[in-house]
Amino acid sequence: MTTGPPPSAPVFRPLPTGPVTEVYLFGTCLVDLFTPSAGVSTVRLLQREGVRVIFPQGQSCCGQPAYNSGHPEEARTVARAQIPLFCKDIPIVIPSGSCGGMIRQHWPHLFAGQPEEAAARAIAARVWELSEFLVHVLKVSLEDHGTPETVTWHSSCHAMREMGLTDEPKRLLGQLKNVTVAPLQRERECCGFGGTFAVRHADVSAAMVADKCADIEGTGAATVLGGDCGCLMNISGALEHKGSAVGSQHLADYLWERTK
Amino acid sequence: MSHSSAPHDFRAGIDAGLHDTTLRANFRRAMDGLMTKRARQFEDPQEWTRLRALGQEIRQRALSKLPDLLERLEENCTRNGIRVHWAEDVAQANAIILEILQQRGITTVVKGKSMVSEEMHLNAFLGGHGIRALEADLGEYIIQLAGQMPCHIVMPAIHLNKTQIADLFADKLGTSPDGQDAEALTAIAREKLREEFRTAGAGISGVNFPVAETGTLCLIENEGNGRMVTTVPPVHIAVTGIEKVVENLEDVTPLLRLLTRSATGQPITTYVNMISGPRRGADQDGPQEVHLVLIDFGRSRVYADPETRQTLQCIRCAACMNHCPVYVRVGGHAYGGVYPGPIGKILTPQLNGLADYPDHPSASSLCNACVEVCPVKIPIAQMLVRLRNEKAGQGTGAVQDAGSGASRVEDAAWKAWAATYSTPLAYRVASAALTAAGNALPASAPLLKAWTSVRKKPRFAAQSLHRTLKEMGVADE
Repeated sequence: MTTGPPPSAPVFRPLPTGPVTEVYLFGTCLVDLFTPSAGVSTVRLLQREGVRVIFPQGQSCCGQPAYNSGHPEEARTVARAQIPLFCKDIPIVIPSGSCGGMIRQHWPHLFAGQPEEAAARAIAARVWELSEFLVHVLKVSLEDHGTPETVTWHSSCHAMREMGLTDEPKRLLGQLKNVTVAPLQRERECCGFGGTFAVRHADVSAAMVADKCADIEGTGAATVLGGDCGCLMNISGALEHKGSAVGSQHLADYLWERTK
Repeated sequence: MSHSSAPHDFRAGIDAGLHDTTLRANFRRAMDGLMTKRARQFEDPQEWTRLRALGQEIRQRALSKLPDLLERLEENCTRNGIRVHWAEDVAQANAIILEILQQRGITTVVKGKSMVSEEMHLNAFLGGHGIRALEADLGEYIIQLAGQMPCHIVMPAIHLNKTQIADLFADKLGTSPDGQDAEALTAIAREKLREEFRTAGAGISGVNFPVAETGTLCLIENEGNGRMVTTVPPVHIAVTGIEKVVENLEDVTPLLRLLTRSATGQPITTYVNMISGPRRGADQDGPQEVHLVLIDFGRSRVYADPETRQTLQCIRCAACMNHCPVYVRVGGHAYGGVYPGPIGKILTPQLNGLADYPDHPSASSLCNACVEVCPVKIPIAQMLVRLRNEKAGQGTGAVQDAGSGASRVEDAAWKAWAATYSTPLAYRVASAALTAAGNALPASAPLLKAWTSVRKKPRFAAQSLHRTLKEMGVADE
């Protein structure tokens, strides 16, 4: 069904001027400990386009868990520690719309009136979610080496509504000639993750993810793909719990595996 | 306003809502319909972007000069023959209305839909003084018969389906429960209400937009009951929140375009009433007296803080609840209070205190579906985060009962988290420990338990991204 406003114009923010030869990778805390493969695939996808990837080893988290839990002071402490690590004026690529949204949308608010405000704003302006970077900046063309498969796509709320992504992930999947994307009926509806919401309001979250799983299974897809490890952890955990045959994967892993 | 009663048990309401399959189905069907209708009204993204920016500007401008606009509203209403009353709290507002009715010996009133009158518990109050108040909006009429609160601010009886309404009418009005379609049910209510309009001593209504410059009360509706309530009885009493005032008539048009399209997917409502005073001279109809009761009920406090003030931009379209993945699953009654859904989650704790509504701010995944459709761009998610800060004692203290949810255990946990995640060495040690042994945590561990009731336990990777990329020789600069 159609809900919410239709997609806005495809390119919605200024592109970097001149060719991009170097980027930072902000790996995110969830990818770091639970799905490092998504970070590795991100590096491979970027390197294949001739881009040098820098991964500051001192990085940890954007601060979102505390920020969304009523603890801005602790969020600031963690976010502040990231700022000096990303000081070069090059794009920062993130394999997550949610962490990207935290930095782009919320860091300026979090650091308003703080000594780091200008630096935080500068970083916010340089943040790119992986798929928007691949589509709009690197303009990749992908060659599919995989066997025919039907997948479905789960849009993360923050990728759509904080980073302003429209159809970038699906444009990438559309380049894979053997892949069919079967759309969800309620693609724009939240999967029920919401960070601490999933444990604070576990029952509501459970009802949301149950509906999401039913929607996914209804597509007949073999795999559900997503661009955010929070959503994927929620969805794959629920699919596994109910013994579903549908697998799940981060977009970066899926793209790399089929095109390497 | 503070209550002495126990805090609202949102969790019990959520539990009831989630497990009522009929309710879930009724809400899902209704919200799907409303979302689809709204989407059809805003097919041009540029028009939507332009119009909502204008809506936001109009509401913010009105709020920025609120004290001045309220003075002008009073002055111009008075000039039009509308008597203006001010009420700081519920008791005052109810007393004002009671006095008007008692002085004139009125024992029956008909009402148009008004959420402010719900804040006042006006029907029960008047009933206690021997005055019968009858709801004339079809949805409100239904829930009044059922003895319920509205579950939605635009569609108060949307939680009931046709069969349930036919059964209710059969029970309360003695009509047949069988073979009643929507039209037949509406006809039953209409027949009952017609006589009431003719004989009621006063009509009570809400106001969508009080206009300061002209002293006009703009009221929109679809059933004609609003026009009956405001024109047939000899006395009309309008009640509205002080925040609703707009500056001039030009401001009303864009707001109406946003309101009706966002609310019900209609380009315009069936009735648009512009009330500019009692009947004059040779007028053939209209009330002999018009009163306007302007209520505060905690709004001044919300107004005082520049961030929370944005809550007051609301034009009560309900698009936020129509699009909310939580609301559609738990239903409007779970929220308690008068305003459910996302706007209720930010407004209710601000008007009534965080201590009485402790679970409102956290009951959101912050998915931003509400923010995306709000026609006046209220940053609802940002406001939810602000209320979470206030509750935990990390806000400015501007919200009533700030700090009431502070927990030493949680504070200590976040402090430990921050210390670990802001110190690379500590983070390295912690992540090494978690990747090595984190999977040994039992699924029944405190936070995991809530997660694993419907999901498999998340599995830590054998090696972190940090270590993997270091081994791959990815630059660390």
